Amino acid sequence: MKILVAIKRVVDYNVRVQVKPDGSGVATDGVKMSINPFDEIAVEEALRIKEQGKADEVVVVTIGGDESQQQLRTAMAMGADRAILVNTDQAVQPLQAAQVLLKVIEKEQPGLVITGKQAIDDDNNQTPQMLATLWNRPQATFVSEIEFTDKGLQATREVDAGLETIEVALPAVISTDLRLNQPRFVKLPDIMKAKKKPLETLAIDELAPQRSGHRIKATQYEPPQPRQKGVMVESVDELVTMLKDKGLLS
Amino acid sequence: MSKVLILAEHNGDSINQSTAKVLTAAKQLKTDSIDMVLFAPNAEMAQELAQFEGVGNVQVVTCDNHHDQLAASIAPTIAELGKNYSHIWGPSTTFGKDVMPRVAALMEVNQISDIMEVIDNNTYKRPIYAGNAILTVTTDSNHQVATVRTASYEADKTDGGSAEIKECSLETAAEHTSFVKLATGDSDRPDLQTAAKVISGGRGVGSKENFDMVFELADKIGAATGASRAAVDAGYVPNDMQVGQTGKIIAPDLYMCFGISGAIQHLTGIKDAGTIVAINKDADAPIFEVADIGLVGDLFKVIPEMIEKV
Repeated sequence: MKILVAIKRVVDYNVRVQVKPDGSGVATDGVKMSINPFDEIAVEEALRIKEQGKADEVVVVTIGGDESQQQLRTAMAMGADRAILVNTDQAVQPLQAAQVLLKVIEKEQPGLVITGKQAIDDDNNQTPQMLATLWNRPQATFVSEIEFTDKGLQATREVDAGLETIEVALPAVISTDLRLNQPRFVKLPDIMKAKKKPLETLAIDELAPQRSGHRIKATQYEPPQPRQKGVMVESVDELVTMLKDKGLLS
Repeated sequence: MSKVLILAEHNGDSINQSTAKVLTAAKQLKTDSIDMVLFAPNAEMAQELAQFEGVGNVQVVTCDNHHDQLAASIAPTIAELGKNYSHIWGPSTTFGKDVMPRVAALMEVNQISDIMEVIDNNTYKRPIYAGNAILTVTTDSNHQVATVRTASYEADKTDGGSAEIKECSLETAAEHTSFVKLATGDSDRPDLQTAAKVISGGRGVGSKENFDMVFELADKIGAATGASRAAVDAGYVPNDMQVGQTGKIIAPDLYMCFGISGAIQHLTGIKDAGTIVAINKDADAPIFEVADIGLVGDLFKVIPEMIEKV
């Protein structure tokens, strides 16, 4: 079985992003960029499945500019076998990303697709579900555990009520939640090895010329409203009194 | 003008408050009508929806074998119904997040995720970068598929409505997906997502056993209990207690947290709370930057003292 892992280059999760003064976006110049953390978990899970002998190849794909090669190389340093860059200078919205990834699926014929539940930049949480829909295959979103079965796989999902388990036939799309695994650290020799692994670049307009569907327009970025500065109290008595005065404790 | 279809959510016994919150958001649109669709084992819970003022029709789609919880099974039906609506909205809960993008893909539109403010019938505000930036988006689509950030809205509390209830059975059940089980943390405490008061603990609580103290204080004041990601990852408490960007986003009147440093991902989950109280032994913890009331102190002394004094 081949596993396809879709990743995205995003502002590193430790960076506190700033909105540009003119409201045209967030400042990304000179900011550290990384693999979206949920996607890194997706890469790790694919590698573990391969290491258990249940998959024979892990292919990692991204949609983005030339600079996204860095994140593909990182994924290959983790252990992915090869990479595909679908090259574009334009930001791609979730539905169009799903349409492009479907073309990659048609080309690669994976038995399983794993990707992060959302990218931590736009926080859309749409692409995996849309991809499963266009592919006409099952989805298991927000997954914290995977177990292969005779019918396909059982996925444990982190839902508001607790942990839900569903069974899906393969091929399927899995979207990862944080507790699925702890991604491995990349070692220097692996970084050197990754430089020799195959990285194929496909122009987006050649791979998926028909990117249809209605797009959302972003018109204004602004910083969030700050909360008003609070007060510090010195004792539990003071705290309890204050909460009673506010009517929050009886 | 516009017609709105709201995807209702239930927990098996009753309608979730998330539905009433989406209704509040929908009422900020200029609308001709608001209808609801409910996927459930039977039509009983539809009565709860018909009570809301301003709801015209409630379409119940009865489902066997838990297919009402499976996105792949219900999305095609929502998308088919959606053809008659300008706004097709669901809650930004794990249920809504699972289903609505499938609906959007079937209707060939991008989804507007996590609406936190309605500007007009085509323009909305939504958080990005874990709430570190707010984005205004606009769409001129004839079918706007969206999820509503429930923490941004109060639940609609109207009653006396008289919606017409229509019933049909699910015809789009997916063969490739089946429900196996749902494991919930059994608790008599108030529901974390809707509670007026929430007490939560972080890594500083130190162990599963020490969390008993947090539970005791919560029970004393009738609060729900939450936790930071660090506490869940450490195995102190189950995942359904996690508050934050990847857990639950909540807006209680009172949020009191012990031993939580205040990672940005956690703050995202609580920034709409009425009053935030932080107790931490580290005076420099980021949680104090957003707390309305802060107390620098040892939670192992503060919690027992509070249990005694409240």
